[in-house]
Amino acid sequence: MWTTKTFLTKTKRGNILKIVREHYLRDDLLCGSAACNICPHKDDEFVLASNPESICALFEYPHYLVLDTNVVLHQMDVLEEDALTNVIILQTVLEEVKHQNTAIFQRLLEIIGNKKRKFYSFVNEHHKDTYIERGPGEKPNDRNDRAIRKAASWYASHLSANNVGGQFPKIVLLTDDEGNRKIAQEEGIVCCSVKDYIENVNGFVGLIDKLSKNVIPESCSKDALYPAHLTPTQIHSGIRNGKLFQGTFHASRDNFLEGTVSVNGYEKPILLQGHIGINRAVDGDMVAVEIFPEEEWRKPSDIVLEDKADDPGDLLEEEAVLLNTAKPADNNKDEITPTGKVVGIIRRKWRQYCGILMPSKFPGATRHLFTPAEKRIPRVRIETRQSDILAAQRILVALDSWPRNSRYPLGHFVRALGPIGDKDAENEVILLEHDVPHARFSEAVLACLPPNDWTIPEEEIKKRVDLRSICICSVDPPGCTDIDDALHARPIEGTTADGLVKYEVGVHIADVTYFVRPNTALDKEAAARSTTVYLVDKRIDMVPDLLSSNLCSLRGGEERLAFSCVWEIDENANVLSTKFHKSVIKSAAAMTYEEAQIAIDDSARQDQIASSLRVLNALAKKLKRKRLDNGALLLASPEIRFQVDSETHDPIEVQAKKIVDTNSMVEEFMLLANVSVAEKLAAEYPQCALLRRHPAPPPANFTTFLKAAMQQGFEIDVSTNKSFSASLDKAQIPDRPFFNTLLRIMATRCMQQAVYFSSGTKMQDEFYHYGLACPIYTHFTSPIRRYADVIVHRLLAACIGEDVTHASLLDTKQADSICDNLNYRHRQAQYAGRASVALNTHILFKNRVEIEAAVVLSVKRNALQVLIPKYGLEGPLYLPSDKFTYNEEEHFQICNGVVLKTFDELTVRLSLDSTNLQHRKLVFQLVEPHIPGFSYVPEQAMDVDAKTEEKKEEKVEAKKRKEARDTKVKKKAKK
Amino acid sequence: MPGPDLLSSQGLRLDGRRPNELRRIKCKLGVFTQPDGSAYLEQGNTKVLAAVYGPHQAAKSKSSTDGVVVNCQYSTATFSTGERKNRPRGDRKSQEMSMHLRQALTAAIKTELYPRSQIDIYVEVLQADGGAYCAGVNAATLALIDAGIPLRAYACACSASMAWRAGQPEPLLDVGHVEEAAGGVVLTVAALPNTGSIALLEMSHRLHMDYFDVVLSRAMQGCRDIEIILDRAVRDHLAEGWTKQDIVTI
Repeated sequence: MWTTKTFLTKTKRGNILKIVREHYLRDDLLCGSAACNICPHKDDEFVLASNPESICALFEYPHYLVLDTNVVLHQMDVLEEDALTNVIILQTVLEEVKHQNTAIFQRLLEIIGNKKRKFYSFVNEHHKDTYIERGPGEKPNDRNDRAIRKAASWYASHLSANNVGGQFPKIVLLTDDEGNRKIAQEEGIVCCSVKDYIENVNGFVGLIDKLSKNVIPESCSKDALYPAHLTPTQIHSGIRNGKLFQGTFHASRDNFLEGTVSVNGYEKPILLQGHIGINRAVDGDMVAVEIFPEEEWRKPSDIVLEDKADDPGDLLEEEAVLLNTAKPADNNKDEITPTGKVVGIIRRKWRQYCGILMPSKFPGATRHLFTPAEKRIPRVRIETRQSDILAAQRILVALDSWPRNSRYPLGHFVRALGPIGDKDAENEVILLEHDVPHARFSEAVLACLPPNDWTIPEEEIKKRVDLRSICICSVDPPGCTDIDDALHARPIEGTTADGLVKYEVGVHIADVTYFVRPNTALDKEAAARSTTVYLVDKRIDMVPDLLSSNLCSLRGGEERLAFSCVWEIDENANVLSTKFHKSVIKSAAAMTYEEAQIAIDDSARQDQIASSLRVLNALAKKLKRKRLDNGALLLASPEIRFQVDSETHDPIEVQAKKIVDTNSMVEEFMLLANVSVAEKLAAEYPQCALLRRHPAPPPANFTTFLKAAMQQGFEIDVSTNKSFSASLDKAQIPDRPFFNTLLRIMATRCMQQAVYFSSGTKMQDEFYHYGLACPIYTHFTSPIRRYADVIVHRLLAACIGEDVTHASLLDTKQADSICDNLNYRHRQAQYAGRASVALNTHILFKNRVEIEAAVVLSVKRNALQVLIPKYGLEGPLYLPSDKFTYNEEEHFQICNGVVLKTFDELTVRLSLDSTNLQHRKLVFQLVEPHIPGFSYVPEQAMDVDAKTEEKKEEKVEAKKRKEARDTKVKKKAKK
Repeated sequence: MPGPDLLSSQGLRLDGRRPNELRRIKCKLGVFTQPDGSAYLEQGNTKVLAAVYGPHQAAKSKSSTDGVVVNCQYSTATFSTGERKNRPRGDRKSQEMSMHLRQALTAAIKTELYPRSQIDIYVEVLQADGGAYCAGVNAATLALIDAGIPLRAYACACSASMAWRAGQPEPLLDVGHVEEAAGGVVLTVAALPNTGSIALLEMSHRLHMDYFDVVLSRAMQGCRDIEIILDRAVRDHLAEGWTKQDIVTI
């Protein structure tokens, strides 16, 4: 069955260690070709067609392609097109690719896995006829090239061996290495460069556009604009002896000629300025930097600088503008940051970027500039012949290289996403830019689903606690189809020792883990997605629709499987006992928050639902009181809801989300359930429980916030969450009811993110959840839309004996990696949600202009950050520096005696600036307080002049604000 | 737990074996003339010598009336690994290995035949490339046979580990050094495949219950495969070597 030849491969590493490894060579490896009658193939093992049709004009006979490593590494986008088929991927190539770029490797595996593409991976390294040993003094690369040539010629002779008279496929080797091609030709192997091959392919339009323009960046020293990067060995030794530093490059959002790198040993990030300072680093790259001597340190410029709209050719300029302003003229030591320059790139972190094409001004040109949607990414030069079509589209582009003599990096077109401004295309951009997996569920995933008409099997009901007779109801926002929690409460007999009435309260969570079994395709997909992503007009489900809005959703009047957490609670909301079990429930009603509120308030209703809601509501209030007494923070963030046109799905109106009592009722019990589960899990699984922690924010986060509160006359104590919460409660201004909310919104911004973690990775005292003021917390209540809850369900089920454990569940290391992914996906989902809100706001304001009341959130050097409470919108209101003076100490802007500071109330005019299609933005213009020559003057307002004279007096101002609001209301009424 | 990929997408291991294949085993009986029995065994790059003395009269302190006392010594040559090893025997690891050897071999030897006697078994690892203990048991079995000591059955040892292929667990047979070092679980089984009984079972890491059965059955399969190889070696040795060696020694 196998040959027992042993080959020894020797390698030396580090402190010169001889490693001897076995290497078995086999004779049972198949060539995978249907044209072969030597190898003992079974029918399903043929991958390569027996008579492949040639699509290339250069080789008009049937042939298989053998690829070189560099071809795979650089031309992945070409390979992913359906054009090339019948390709042989050698193991030598596969391993080199895996070693150099895992992302490309994954994509390659995907192609190999696709049966239609007919890519065959041949294990040449273990085949007895194609294995070669590295010769003395031969470089590994040369050896691999030789191995590829050897395999190619073996294939050629293998296929011709038994097909003497008949037609048999030939072999064409694709390689971009000229030296390799030359030797191959001498050895009689047909070979060709990728460019020549692809350019002669017929019938696949646009394939040429995807060719990567890969040039070795450092070799183009002619007309070089940028200094050369150091070689990896130079970088390595530089870092070792402390001359160079390594870190991740973050480009500035505002100024394309500026960026920072955080390195070890310096508290502040290292500032990089200008083309030369940044030296072709792209946001996210791992770079090596050299730090200048201290006298050359600068401070970050605070100007906004955007790349010019037209293509200036390969020239560098604009340096002067930036560097002049950034001269360390003043002796303000605080702002001076260590400055340096990039001397080498350690690892590129390039991905594919969404954006739009800026067609060249010359008709018929094939080289164009591409502007990415992400501001921090430079423009890219791409080559395409379809610029007419692509100009109106959102497109996806991959970066290839950035040679020294090119001002912009070179890239190639990957695919078009859809017309600019089109809802679907814009959503696609949001999803791609935030790395949200949103492809349709694969066949394998859908195969894991139960049939559409699935009902609960009898034996499953027998295994569970039957709660169908209990009056359970769910309370959710309107229009919610993925209902994952339901509640019940009923008085139980007997009283506590203190004579208090006892209640049984149950929280019932959809039993998603019954359907999502571990290690199935469905489970893996859900784990990869980690969370359901909510865009304004679209929901990207974590699990397929059948589960999320039908079989798992606890709909009213239908029998559903649930995971229940049931407490005995006394009148004063003290938990007496807790139990967890799987159950079958039948929800009596699926209500919205408002419906539930009406049921509670309507004293005429005495049915079971209303009375249990009342019990729940009363208990929830007590629970909340207790929580707040413990020091839980009530934070706020401006949340808005769009009313969407049912036909066009365009937003027609926005409003801040309404909060009623029942919202907090449901929330309290969910919190209680989460805490109960977290306690149980942490006790049962000291190593692998999935928990959620919220670290206390470092005091430095609060400085500006405290200063702003001081200006309003409030002293906020942030030493503990309890004192913080108490002082927030006290900070009220009677005639400004919104002030307290505003304060809380700003407090939220000082917080850190709550994160998932595995109990084995942190100390017990680090489990604390700062915001909720509870020592331990997890997520249990939304398994339909969060994968964390799925894991928690499995852990809990295993520890109460209702389900079996499986290996990956109990592995700390794996739990940790799951947490990392969960945290990443959650953050991205949040950002995507916000981006979607921004997009819809832009659509909403496309054709309208409004004048609204606003408040100042913070004061910047050249702008005010303002919030419009009505819409929950925020944005910058730019202040020209020739009119306004900025007080750095106290953070306010002053102009003609008008002082603008944090928490001030203003009136602003809102409109949409669509001049830049890529970055449409809302423009805020100041209306009140009026500053002559700056403020926007509404045409209708007649008494502007009168007002300007009185503007210094605060009281009058307040009145005016009211007036302004009144007029606005009237205006609206007229409409 | 999946860790680094021990199985390629084509289903081959790092050294080119399939998951259910043993390493190449080469063995020879009667390599020394001084001891009563001896054997040399290569399992891939792991090379082991075993020598047997006895049965002979037991030392007073150890002597037992129930059966023979099996005395094992496991030692690793200083030159056996990439980095020079300082202590060839007597350290914790070697002592533990000696105990394990004794347990496996005592199960195979018909101890009741020689009361108040002792059998000394010396195992020397010349080159270690993973699975040295297994090779030691296999070599010691051959040496015992060479010494003519009655055995119940062949005592064979084999290791197995776990890898993942396309999301499915796939146990690996006869784990080499590279695979051991990758950090996965290693299950070592010493068994008397003929009787189906297990003499020793040892596991290096935690393994979930779900996978234990498949890994164990693969290791047992390995023991059976090794038994066939050892059996053939013994028969070959007897067929050609018996007379020849007698002539040489006389």
